[in-house]
Amino acid sequence: MFSNPTFMFIQVMNSFALGMNLFIIAAGLTLIFGVLRVVNFAHGAFYMVGAYVLMTTTNLIGNTTTGFFVGVAAAALVMGVVAFFIERFLLSHLYDKEHLLQLLFTFALVLIFKDAVKMIWGPLQHSISYPPAFKGAVNLRISYYPAYMLFLSVVGPVLAIGLWLALEKTRWGRLIRAARLDREMLNALGTDVKLVFSAVFVFGSMLAAMGGALAAPRIAVDPGMDGLIIIDCFIIVIIGGLGSLWGSFVGALILSSLTVFGTLIFNEWEIVLVYIMMLAVLLIRPWGLFGHADEERH
Amino acid sequence: MDLLEVKDLHVSYGLSKILHGVSLSVKPGELVSLIGRNGVGKSTTMRGIMGLTAPKSGSILWKGQEILGRKPHVNAKDGIGFVPEDRRIFSGLSVAENLDVARLPVREGREAWDEERVFSFFPDLKRFEDRKGGLLSGGQQQMLTLGRTLMGNPELLLLDEPSEGLAPLIVADIAEKIRELKAAGLSIILAEQNLDFVLSLSDRCYVLEKGAVVYSGTAQELSDNHEVQDKYLHI
Repeated sequence: MFSNPTFMFIQVMNSFALGMNLFIIAAGLTLIFGVLRVVNFAHGAFYMVGAYVLMTTTNLIGNTTTGFFVGVAAAALVMGVVAFFIERFLLSHLYDKEHLLQLLFTFALVLIFKDAVKMIWGPLQHSISYPPAFKGAVNLRISYYPAYMLFLSVVGPVLAIGLWLALEKTRWGRLIRAARLDREMLNALGTDVKLVFSAVFVFGSMLAAMGGALAAPRIAVDPGMDGLIIIDCFIIVIIGGLGSLWGSFVGALILSSLTVFGTLIFNEWEIVLVYIMMLAVLLIRPWGLFGHADEERH
Repeated sequence: MDLLEVKDLHVSYGLSKILHGVSLSVKPGELVSLIGRNGVGKSTTMRGIMGLTAPKSGSILWKGQEILGRKPHVNAKDGIGFVPEDRRIFSGLSVAENLDVARLPVREGREAWDEERVFSFFPDLKRFEDRKGGLLSGGQQQMLTLGRTLMGNPELLLLDEPSEGLAPLIVADIAEKIRELKAAGLSIILAEQNLDFVLSLSDRCYVLEKGAVVYSGTAQELSDNHEVQDKYLHI
């Protein structure tokens, strides 16, 4: 099967599309960690909320392409508002406390969100159809390829470049990078760092929800979907380097390629490949491929 | 009226008391020094004034208004500029970006600081505009941290050991810059261990020992008082 160029082409394309979907989610996690220094276990739950909000929206306004995009926007917006309240009234009280408390808090959020999702949407599995505009397949000459996967392959890089430009070229981006390096000094220079934290947590959570909404048509939507994705996200940021945007981009591609090709070769054992990769990175570059060993912290 | 009046400031880190009732004052346009050996509470006094370390008790009057317990960013916006001892440059940001993140609106009747003015004040920095802050030399970092705080258009500058770890030529350079800032009307509190540096710049001096002020006087008086110098300042 590996000698079949059409087959290989499709696998490569699949790896990329899957990787890009994962990147959108992991980028939120890595952004939040980079600035707030909080490992958010609930990031997967936020992703799940995104998928469900998309489902509800398309049920309400119909399964049209417009309905789908409104759903993606609604997912990000709803999660953004919820994240704002979580940060402002709960998480912000824990920044000065030990990390264990923060971990326990975000873990509690996982349990709360899981039950809330079951109460609102029920325990059953749902499947969501592709938006009509991306239903078919596109002729890429080498072979036909699903339009929706192609769409994901475009959204990911566009978002990555957009995020990078925002971080590098805007004042808000500069403030975020400064907060990442030395929050106390930034505070002493006149920036209300709490505001930066709040904005980053909200934005990172919106990325999770958007990633969930975009994933919804190609996966089963159920109350257990948060568990798998959070493990994937942690693997991505460990490989790429916690806090690094391009690290999560490359990490996501490595994970998706290992998953796609690993499944072909080892069938059900592909996960072993992923963990071996993670172990190798941890042994050789414990701070990840794109992380920094000696980042200055205050 | 005093621009800043600190009364009976007490600060503790956990169980260890660092300041036991520090009092000092700064008049508009004045350069006041805090002198003392390492660990006597100079930095803590400055952190307390800035709001970075919460004082346990005491009073800090800024233009007659109590600001004890106020957040650092509020103090910065209100005209108090903090230049830390260890410079605290944002290492991953370029020189220009370091300046940009510290930009604050100017108060009425003053000439605003912007990148151009910082670069004409520190011509050496201009060449490194796009270089990452972490790659600068110690002297350049000292200029950048000072320029960065000036971007906030302060009325009072808290300058913590600007001469530390720098070559004598660069120290003389920095001293000249501090003199220029004072001449332009900026009020300054300077924390230092380097007595010559302090005496050449200050109007008045406070000598600190074990978290309290043990002597205060004009720079001339301290310069003539060898007893105080021997007891508290010489190693």
